[in-house]
Amino acid sequence: MSTTALSRVRSGAAPRTGRPGAVWALPGLLFFGIFAVLPMGLVAYLSLTSWGGLGAPRFIGMENWSRLAGDTVMHKAIVLSLVLTVANWAVQTPISLLLGVWAAGPQRNRAVLSAVFFTPLLLSSAAIAIIWKSLLDPNFGPLAQVGPWLGYPGADVLGDSTGAFAAIVFVSAWQFIPLHMLLYQGGARQIPESLYRAAEIDGAGRLRSFWHITLPQLRHTITTSSVLMVVGSLTYFETVLILTDGGPGTDTSIVPYLMYQVGFESWKTGYASAIAFTLVVVATAVSLIMVRLTGFGAMRSTKEGM
Amino acid sequence: MNTSRAGAAGAIAIGLLTVTACGGGGSADGKMHVWMYQDSLAVVQKSAVERFNEDADIEAVVDEVPGDTYQDKVRTVMGSGDQPDVFFNWGAGSIQPYVEQDMLLPLDDALESDPEFADAYISSVMEAGKVDGVQYGIPLRGTQPVILFYNKEVFEDVDAEAPETWDDIIDLTDTFKDEGITPFALGGADAWTEQMWLQYLVDRQGGPEVFQRIQDGDSEGWRDPAVLKAAETVEDLVERGAFGDNFASVSYTEGAASDLLAQGKAAMHLMGSWEFSTHLDQAPEFAEEGLGYVAFPALPDGEGDPANVAGNPTNYFSVSADSEYTEEAVEFLKTTSSEEYVQDMVDNGEVPTTTGAEELLKDSPDPDFATFQYEMVQDAPHFQLSWDQALPPEVATPMLTEIEKLFNGQISPEEFVDAVAELQ
Repeated sequence: MSTTALSRVRSGAAPRTGRPGAVWALPGLLFFGIFAVLPMGLVAYLSLTSWGGLGAPRFIGMENWSRLAGDTVMHKAIVLSLVLTVANWAVQTPISLLLGVWAAGPQRNRAVLSAVFFTPLLLSSAAIAIIWKSLLDPNFGPLAQVGPWLGYPGADVLGDSTGAFAAIVFVSAWQFIPLHMLLYQGGARQIPESLYRAAEIDGAGRLRSFWHITLPQLRHTITTSSVLMVVGSLTYFETVLILTDGGPGTDTSIVPYLMYQVGFESWKTGYASAIAFTLVVVATAVSLIMVRLTGFGAMRSTKEGM
Repeated sequence: MNTSRAGAAGAIAIGLLTVTACGGGGSADGKMHVWMYQDSLAVVQKSAVERFNEDADIEAVVDEVPGDTYQDKVRTVMGSGDQPDVFFNWGAGSIQPYVEQDMLLPLDDALESDPEFADAYISSVMEAGKVDGVQYGIPLRGTQPVILFYNKEVFEDVDAEAPETWDDIIDLTDTFKDEGITPFALGGADAWTEQMWLQYLVDRQGGPEVFQRIQDGDSEGWRDPAVLKAAETVEDLVERGAFGDNFASVSYTEGAASDLLAQGKAAMHLMGSWEFSTHLDQAPEFAEEGLGYVAFPALPDGEGDPANVAGNPTNYFSVSADSEYTEEAVEFLKTTSSEEYVQDMVDNGEVPTTTGAEELLKDSPDPDFATFQYEMVQDAPHFQLSWDQALPPEVATPMLTEIEKLFNGQISPEEFVDAVAELQ
């Protein structure tokens, strides 16, 4: 970010040099190399070993990988991760889009309420999960009273497969909708007022303006927010650990949780590395595909022809 | 101009490298670190460290590590080259991986050279501190058998007696269920609390040999009929409503299960003897007046001796072989048999594992409970170490998940047996 800012300053002073020298990328590249590429390389190597976290890893070739291919718990974890991703997207996108567009209005009360909606984003994930775990306690939390209305007479939401999964979707929505709301608010404020004026003259109502102006104008924001949601859901972890501990049974053991459990509870670090590497590959592939499909990479302007 | 910028960038990069390169090679603060599992009993070790610091040339500090991930944290830190000098553990299987990597200090020499130290502890308790016949752990706590606790007031309200037989358990389940009281509090969000039931059921059904076979590495041992029978008993209890209808989301580590008993919302609670201290800390009046306790009853056709006990014989201190302070650490371990230390334990409601502690039990906050516990352990032909501590973690972790599924009714007893027999 700072490099592009700098490049603008420089290009103002010396227009011929246009782009900054490669050396400016060095700190970033070093950081990325040490904290991303190197660990990923190590994980790839560890996935070929048997290691318990103590002593030296023992090379065992493709053993972990062939086991991973036939592991029913892993298959279930992949399905759960995908379902969680879709559910998170389907719940969070419409709500944050509507809230964001609403909050983009100039009214004062909207600014105040936006600030209130924003608060969950300021809390740490662990704190949020602990708070919700207490709220969802079946005997001593408010859920004990509310439970029967929700169809849980024993208030055993976290002990029920569907209930526990829904709780995770709900808590992550509560936590992340503010961030996406902010993205949509910013996006909606970028839409030129003239478009709405023109539509108004043509007799378009609010709904039509929203459908034909706001939504198409927000398409890059939708892509950005969706990629964040998808990658975030695929690597979601701390809420699951604290709220459900992967349970009941393995019914909320999504891939990152399984990786933790295998790596740091069972201490099969080599096998956990194979899970981790799969996750890296899948998350990278999914975000690349999304960017490609939505044409986001081409960065076509939403203001073309204006 | 370009070169000066390159210089700046390089300086940042070098700065980053330096930051990442440090760390490793023991805690450099010149103190002896003692890792303790954080709970209300750790006050004993904290006063021990204070006393130790008065005479020692070095300073020892207690690092209290919270909650149920203690073992994972120890394993991580042991692998990182930043080991604690002395650390709390469960002996036996829980320290075996470190022994295999020569990371622990063998204590045989220290014990041989100081017979008073060697004879200070009950020998059966010292056994679980050994790996392959070599002593690596010194008992640091009281003994912790699993006991069936009950709320006396709730029992009086329905005019019931404490259970002595399995029929009593079944009758009481129905009685309390009709009264709208959960018969047994169970913190099903923490699967190790469910494991306590299964441990006792397997032991009462088939005796200690059944699990011994599994612990010795024969996973076919899970197919012993006693395991299936025990699992069927669990299924029956759950279906009867013995644990209420929401135990799967009740947390033990956050205190919910204990509160259920103390507040009379549940009638009984199968839990380790530390539960007494927990109540003494949280609800002192209830601990002193309202808390009843009995041994786990025999099963109708069970072959196991009903005098057998399950739980943790005690916890142990082990010393890292790489510690700078091995000598001082051994001196510190010796203080766990000192008069002050044992007195602190007794005052805190624990039952010491040192020889000749019987006389001190009269000073316990509840001498009856202390004596009950002491005799229970003393008379037990077999003390079954908690399964998840006795088995290596790669088996214990998935085993706990299967136990959780069994209790939740997600798998049948037969499926449970098949699933655990395939672990290894």
